[in-house]
Amino acid sequence: MKIGFPKNDKDYVSTANPCKVCRPLGACLAYRGVEGAIPYLHGSQGCATYIRRYLIGHFREPVDIACSSLGENEAVYGGESSLVKGLHNAASKYDAKVIGLATTCLAEVQGEDLRPGILKYGKQEGAAPVVRASTPSFAGTHIDGFQDAVNALVDQLATDATPHPGFNLLPGMVSPADLRHLRHICELFGAPFTMLPDYSETMDGPVQDDPEAIPEGGTPLSDIRRMAGARATLEIGRTLPEKETAGQNLSDRNGVRLWRTGLPVGLRETDAFLARLETITGHETPAELSLDRGRLVDSLIDAHKVVKGRRVVVQGDEDLVVGMVSFLSEMGADVVLAVSGGTSGKLEAEVKRVCASVREAVPKVIQGGDFRDLEEAVDALREAGQAPELVVGTSKAYRLCRKWGIPLIRAGFPVHDRFGSQRILHVGYEGALRILDQVANCLIEARQDDNPVGYGYW
Amino acid sequence: MSGLTSIFEERAGQILTVGDGRDTIVCDKKSLSGAVSQRACVFCGSRVVLYPIADAIHVVHGPIGCAAYTWDIRGALSSGPELHRLSFSTDLQEHDIVFGAQKKLERALAELIEIHHPKAAFVYATCVSGLIGDDLEAAARKLTAQYGIPVIPVESEGFKGTKRDGYSAACKAMMRLVGTGDISDVPKLSINILGDFNLAGEIWIIRRYFEAMGLHVVANITGDGRVDDIRRAHGASLNVVQCSGSTMDMARAMKDKYGIPFLRASYFGIEDMAESLYAVARHFQDIDYSVMTRAREVVRQELTKIMPELKEIRKSCEGKKAAVYVGGSFKAFSLIKAFRHLGMKVTLVGSQTGTSEDYREIQEISDPGTVIVDDTNPLELLAFLKNNDVDLLVGGVKERPLAHKLGVGFVDHNHERKLALEGFEGMLNFAREVRDTVTSPVWLFTPRKERRPV
Repeated sequence: MKIGFPKNDKDYVSTANPCKVCRPLGACLAYRGVEGAIPYLHGSQGCATYIRRYLIGHFREPVDIACSSLGENEAVYGGESSLVKGLHNAASKYDAKVIGLATTCLAEVQGEDLRPGILKYGKQEGAAPVVRASTPSFAGTHIDGFQDAVNALVDQLATDATPHPGFNLLPGMVSPADLRHLRHICELFGAPFTMLPDYSETMDGPVQDDPEAIPEGGTPLSDIRRMAGARATLEIGRTLPEKETAGQNLSDRNGVRLWRTGLPVGLRETDAFLARLETITGHETPAELSLDRGRLVDSLIDAHKVVKGRRVVVQGDEDLVVGMVSFLSEMGADVVLAVSGGTSGKLEAEVKRVCASVREAVPKVIQGGDFRDLEEAVDALREAGQAPELVVGTSKAYRLCRKWGIPLIRAGFPVHDRFGSQRILHVGYEGALRILDQVANCLIEARQDDNPVGYGYW
Repeated sequence: MSGLTSIFEERAGQILTVGDGRDTIVCDKKSLSGAVSQRACVFCGSRVVLYPIADAIHVVHGPIGCAAYTWDIRGALSSGPELHRLSFSTDLQEHDIVFGAQKKLERALAELIEIHHPKAAFVYATCVSGLIGDDLEAAARKLTAQYGIPVIPVESEGFKGTKRDGYSAACKAMMRLVGTGDISDVPKLSINILGDFNLAGEIWIIRRYFEAMGLHVVANITGDGRVDDIRRAHGASLNVVQCSGSTMDMARAMKDKYGIPFLRASYFGIEDMAESLYAVARHFQDIDYSVMTRAREVVRQELTKIMPELKEIRKSCEGKKAAVYVGGSFKAFSLIKAFRHLGMKVTLVGSQTGTSEDYREIQEISDPGTVIVDDTNPLELLAFLKNNDVDLLVGGVKERPLAHKLGVGFVDHNHERKLALEGFEGMLNFAREVRDTVTSPVWLFTPRKERRPV
């Protein structure tokens, strides 16, 4: 049975089975990566609860998000008193060091200026600093919200421009395992750095006898303050906007040199990332990483026949899609379709760029798409005898893969139907090795299962 | 709840301990600003009630979040069409906010109706559609006229009340369907099942019992629900209402409008399941006494199937303690009784949306010392789980990581469950899950057990 729609080339007015979630979700996740921070939504109660549920389903960690719980009165007459009271309640009960405020659609449509309310709260004794990001969901996606919050943190907290030899790493919305690995890589380079945000512990913590209301971990406020005096910023993301990112902000305001790289997925993107780290720190790539690189190339060679020419679909957030297309192309896979709900407008050009030196054909790219678009594109490929054999994407692609009878390798966000979503490692040579093994084994398994002999060696 | 500093002062009235003097609890109140309520919004209330109607399309008129977070979110199964498992939205953009999006909604509806040929379309209002003032009613009227199917607006603007108001809005929307179908062939011995959402196929179990009693089920409201059945729902002689919070408004409206009596039921646990069948049988016994005879036979047969294993399971669970935090309070009653069958004690009972009447009844069946909470939050739950050595928390997905973080067992009793918990066989499933949870060796390795060895 067809899950979605008949083949149709017209532009749909409706969105069906979205490939994106809302902007405040990204902001809440970013705020979770700041030490002692409580995310706070100014809006109606449902937004906070839905976002919590969605994040909890992926990370399997408690995710507390406070909310103004605006009702009809506040929607009509303004929510300032709710905001002041809510900020006070949230900060005092959670003993928060900082409140990460994001706005929901309700607050944005209503258009009330939140600054007077925040100022009023700030005058109270013992008030926590409030960082404010504007995150209307009717423009952009969760990725934009994530970047909004990181930019707001830097914009409103990075006030100490005293020069120091450290650098800033802005990793973007990646997994806790990615954050841990990126930190490890930077530590190997031996120069001091600040990674913002860092939810590697807060979103993947240990069982506890007496957990804190706000889990331990996160980028310390004192480090964020000093980001304005860093020697450079390394901002990850090729589909970020030109303006209004944290890296650009630090560059414009404090003259902190900005470097941008892609998400370091696969060989060349990790090479590029490490090359930037060499430039910034003045140190050579450490031997441990060179050894990993050698292992990766060795493994690519071992697996090349299994992967070569196999048709793969990639779906997810834009920068991960770029990285995955890049790495799968390095393996020799035939990426036939790349789909993202992201709306940067840069996806197609970036996909072309990473394909350039390793393959001739460029996959069809759908930006700002939904799963109806993905389904139609794959159905068209199937009809043309080009049926994809594998999807690399989020768990939301599962029902379509089930329909087509092809495997799904889960990557990115969200992964709601597997354990260990917070521990999926996408980045670095080490992440690449894991992805390669998974892709190759998945393709072997399909061939093994389809084969009457039951080969025990491959 | 002594030693608990995490209660927000304003919330003190919403918490009480059975037997400590005060016997009224404050409830049905807007969530406290700045607290982390486990509740959702009006939209959520409407969406969960209407969601299982499987041959209708459900179109969310708002920005993407509201639709994305409710896409295929419940385990509400369908025996046929599965339109309810798709997520449709107008995905409102800045331009729509400024200039209004009624036309966009009309075009989106037309497109979706043409592609999917649904039996009806529900159009959900959101915070944004409410604020920009789109006229959903007018759009719905236009599309109804154009396509000849009911296109029904749902007044579910997120900020216009609590989840309960969303339930009411959903009932109001369904009442537009009731009374529009032909009921000439509906027999006298007939019921509607209200307030069951067919999670993990539960309504099929319950229908089987009722059908074995000789009763005809006209409409499932809303589990495995169909538009045409709901249109004929006024033909039934009795409404059997389970989740009272969500569909009681509809039962009342059908009583007022069509004179159909209703009775409350619960399909969780042995006593409540049996009593529900008997109560329905009592309603019909004057017309046909064999309904009661058959009800007794159903109960006898089903109990024979499950009791031996249940007794075995009790041995593993005896003496353990549980906490219960659920959405609707009817579930809480049944769970307290179900745990007694397993030899377990419930020391915390809470719900998101209970009424004062519900909480009074919970107090009556609870032991002294039991804590009762309305609309709690993670800090309170954490404090409670820390201060009381419970073995298990029953709740929904949002509560699971709280329990697990502390090394406390968890059983999902919410809308994502994959295991039928209703009916007699559901009690057995529940008991098995409770046993497998509390007897897992993993708890031995948690800090709380290392500190307090068993």
